[in-house]
Amino acid sequence: MQKVTRDILVNKAKELLANGTVDRVYGWKKGEFAYDVTPALFKSEKELDEFVFGDFCGANVSKYLVAESKKAGGKILVFLKPCDTYSLNQLTTEHRVDREKIYAVGIPCEGMLTGSALKDKVDSVLSVETEGDTVKVETLYDGVKTFPASDLLPDRCRNCKSKKHVTYDELIGEDGEVLDSGRFDEVEKLEKMTPDERFAFWQGELSRCIRCNACRDVCPACTCEKCVFDNPKSGLENKAAADSFEEKMFHIIRAFHVAGRCTDCGECSRVCPQHIPLHLLNRKFIKDMNTFYGEYQAGEVVGNRPPVVNYTKEDIEPSEAVKRGE
Amino acid sequence: MRKIAKSALDSLFAAMSESKKVYLPVDGEGGARYQLWTEGTVLSEAVNTVRSAKDFFFPQTENLVEFKMEGKKLDVIDVRRETEDFVIFGVRACDVRSFDILDRVFLGAPVDTYYKNRREHGVIVSLACNKPAETCFCQTFGIDASAPAGDIVCHMTDDTLFLDAKTEKGEKLLATLEGVTEPCADSAADEQKALIRSRLDKLPLKGLTADKFGGDKTKEFFNDPAWASLSESCLGCGTCTFVCPTCQCYDIKDFKTADGVRRFRCWDSCMYSEFTKMSAGQPRLTQKERFRQRFMHKLVYYPANNEGIFGCVGCGRCLAKCPIQMNIVKVMKKLGEGGDKND
Amino acid sequence: MIDMKEPLMPVVGEVVDIRLDTPDIKTFRVVTPDGKKAFEHRPGQCAMLSIPGVGEAMFSITSSPTNTEYMEFSIKKCGCVTEWLHSMEVGQQITIRGPYGNPFPVDDVFAGKNLLFIAGGVGLAPLRSVINYCRHYRDRYGKIDIVYGSRSKDDLLDYKEIIDEWANDANVHVHLTIDREQEGWDGHVGFVPNYVKELGFDTDKIAVLCGPPVMIKFTLAGLYELGFEKTQIYTTLELRMKCGIGKCGRCNVGSKYVCKDGPVFRFDQLDELPDEY
Repeated sequence: MQKVTRDILVNKAKELLANGTVDRVYGWKKGEFAYDVTPALFKSEKELDEFVFGDFCGANVSKYLVAESKKAGGKILVFLKPCDTYSLNQLTTEHRVDREKIYAVGIPCEGMLTGSALKDKVDSVLSVETEGDTVKVETLYDGVKTFPASDLLPDRCRNCKSKKHVTYDELIGEDGEVLDSGRFDEVEKLEKMTPDERFAFWQGELSRCIRCNACRDVCPACTCEKCVFDNPKSGLENKAAADSFEEKMFHIIRAFHVAGRCTDCGECSRVCPQHIPLHLLNRKFIKDMNTFYGEYQAGEVVGNRPPVVNYTKEDIEPSEAVKRGE
Repeated sequence: MRKIAKSALDSLFAAMSESKKVYLPVDGEGGARYQLWTEGTVLSEAVNTVRSAKDFFFPQTENLVEFKMEGKKLDVIDVRRETEDFVIFGVRACDVRSFDILDRVFLGAPVDTYYKNRREHGVIVSLACNKPAETCFCQTFGIDASAPAGDIVCHMTDDTLFLDAKTEKGEKLLATLEGVTEPCADSAADEQKALIRSRLDKLPLKGLTADKFGGDKTKEFFNDPAWASLSESCLGCGTCTFVCPTCQCYDIKDFKTADGVRRFRCWDSCMYSEFTKMSAGQPRLTQKERFRQRFMHKLVYYPANNEGIFGCVGCGRCLAKCPIQMNIVKVMKKLGEGGDKND
Repeated sequence: MIDMKEPLMPVVGEVVDIRLDTPDIKTFRVVTPDGKKAFEHRPGQCAMLSIPGVGEAMFSITSSPTNTEYMEFSIKKCGCVTEWLHSMEVGQQITIRGPYGNPFPVDDVFAGKNLLFIAGGVGLAPLRSVINYCRHYRDRYGKIDIVYGSRSKDDLLDYKEIIDEWANDANVHVHLTIDREQEGWDGHVGFVPNYVKELGFDTDKIAVLCGPPVMIKFTLAGLYELGFEKTQIYTTLELRMKCGIGKCGRCNVGSKYVCKDGPVFRFDQLDELPDEY
């Protein structure tokens, strides 16, 4: 699937390390299986032997730059897929990263598979190979199975919003375009439900939540130094919901908090061990903001203010929003 | 040993349900999970449930006690209710072992009465793994997925379920199932066991050993330079902890209700930044120390307190679920390799 | 090992007396609503106190087990729970459960020995119980030295008890010090570790240390200089706790749980643990 190879990236990393442009690289390290690559920091040419790149390198490494760009030393090299560049811009806008300390190389992306989505479809994966848009999975008990990539790709890639890099210091390959995706189709389905049906839908999904905080901890918009849900003085600090209201409260508060800043990178849904489609909550907010305040894409341009914190006289009356919810 | 046709499983569960609630793995959104059996519920064939079976004895939240307050006066109210007998059907060998590991914690003096109560009321019907997954490594900890422990041990072939009672509790339950099952030779499941063993031999993690770890290895591994790179990208979330069948850390918290205060306990994670934080200080300052704690506990501290038994059962859930794909297998392989370049 | 029927179930305790010891330390006297001691304990053991809805925390029981009427807790204001405790009035009911942890080996290792107690600030709280126990059974122990220091005279915990009772006991020697010169203070001035070295104790005794980490560190170095062995020195550790019975998993140092295997440790035992406390 991916058009850019590991060797191209490693050679670029070696070149940038050698000429002193950067002194470390955030990339991915090989694991036990085809799918379990781990984001990792590489500090020398030698360490890059373990660098991998392939169809399972979907982790958005831009959040690691919050901590990494605060450290002493030179620039950090990151390879960013188009959707990751929106996150980097948003983090730059919010002064969460020091953009000057980052050397971003934009890389094309053909959609990234995830281990958990793959294992939903196939038991006992031994190896995975992709040829064009066909994914060949070698299994322990069912021989080799082939799938069209679209069957295995997560929603965020099936409905990719953009192949365009909105920030980079260097680009590998040709830049793409913002896409006309169907990413709001699922949201529209939810909107068409009756309030009772919708409540039942979210109740069913969110009742599976185990409050592991993975969605929050991976989210590039969740960069509070001290999350309200970790703060014993907030009165909200809980590691598990005391009742079924709290179960939903955590996710709803989080969705409100990232509204206007969420770039729709989809990491929340990727990491959820319970496969809760958390990105749909965020997309609902994005869709509403587009309707109420005009098209807005968080992270598209550094310095843009999210419409919800940017008052204008033309803003829709709150009563309109209330009416729509009825 | 007794047997029943696979096509008649419904009648087996119905018979069990006459005296006890029966929980079994059921496929659903995002994977298999334990559910109460009712007419028509279909047993999942997944090798593992998303959440482990520990929930039955150590639920994610559990009320401990309630308080009523009036002025300066305070009442302590024991709100525990009688627990009913229940059956957990289809527990895998790894999860059955996890109960032993939890027992050593919760049933060691002083006994955790909440856990003990649930444990006494639960009957465990285990099921050998016909198709162990690539992430399985229970063999590393001496667990045989072809012959799990349990009150009743089951083997399933294409058309038959074999049930073998191993404990008094199991015999009692099996006796109530005589109407729907029929007797068979004790060797009836041997062929299936052999098939499973041959499959276990071919698993990719078959060769993984824990030999270098153990209760006396604190000094050897505590300052291993590899902790820095292993924990480098850890998000500090609690996924590994919460899907783990042996993680048993908990928090005790108060919840204000309409007319009092409910004290409950809930799962907690040593991966969380607040876990050890006090007003007076924080002994585990960075994610490296927290990450190290989790794995040292499983591989060194737990064995130190429990006659060398490791605190991991090789179920592979953390391998499948970690958001950054870091896990105990990578840790076991990397530790002790000597001089890590990243430190 | 302690055994309890319901280790997580607290009982009601009533605060019957509150003493302002220092500007930030109060001592609370606690009995059950019918006026009895909530439970028996050994010197050095702890108890969980809580105010429902605010939280629960572990505190040393500062009164001696030989006190048959009540328990006392000397508590420094430094977090949510302690702030609430400090705002209490007499008559307030709280919850109490315990006792937790291993006590000082007062009846075997300490028996017949000379004892040196060294405390800094609120570190006297866990030692008061063992000091008063040893004073109660005075003939079971040899010479007792007590070195105690705090920031100022006002910050000395149990000052009245020390001057009126401890200092008047036969063969008990109290050495007080404060960090800086102060009007109305004619005693020693200086930090505890230096004072211990100045006093220059013989090594024919068991030393018990309790206080802030920096005091422990330097006093320990001083004791080594004087020739003390690690096997002669005891201390107590404090880490965050929730259950008190070695199950909730947060107060461990290596394979040892402070709530269950501690809080009392000998320094040679601490050497075996990883440096994470």
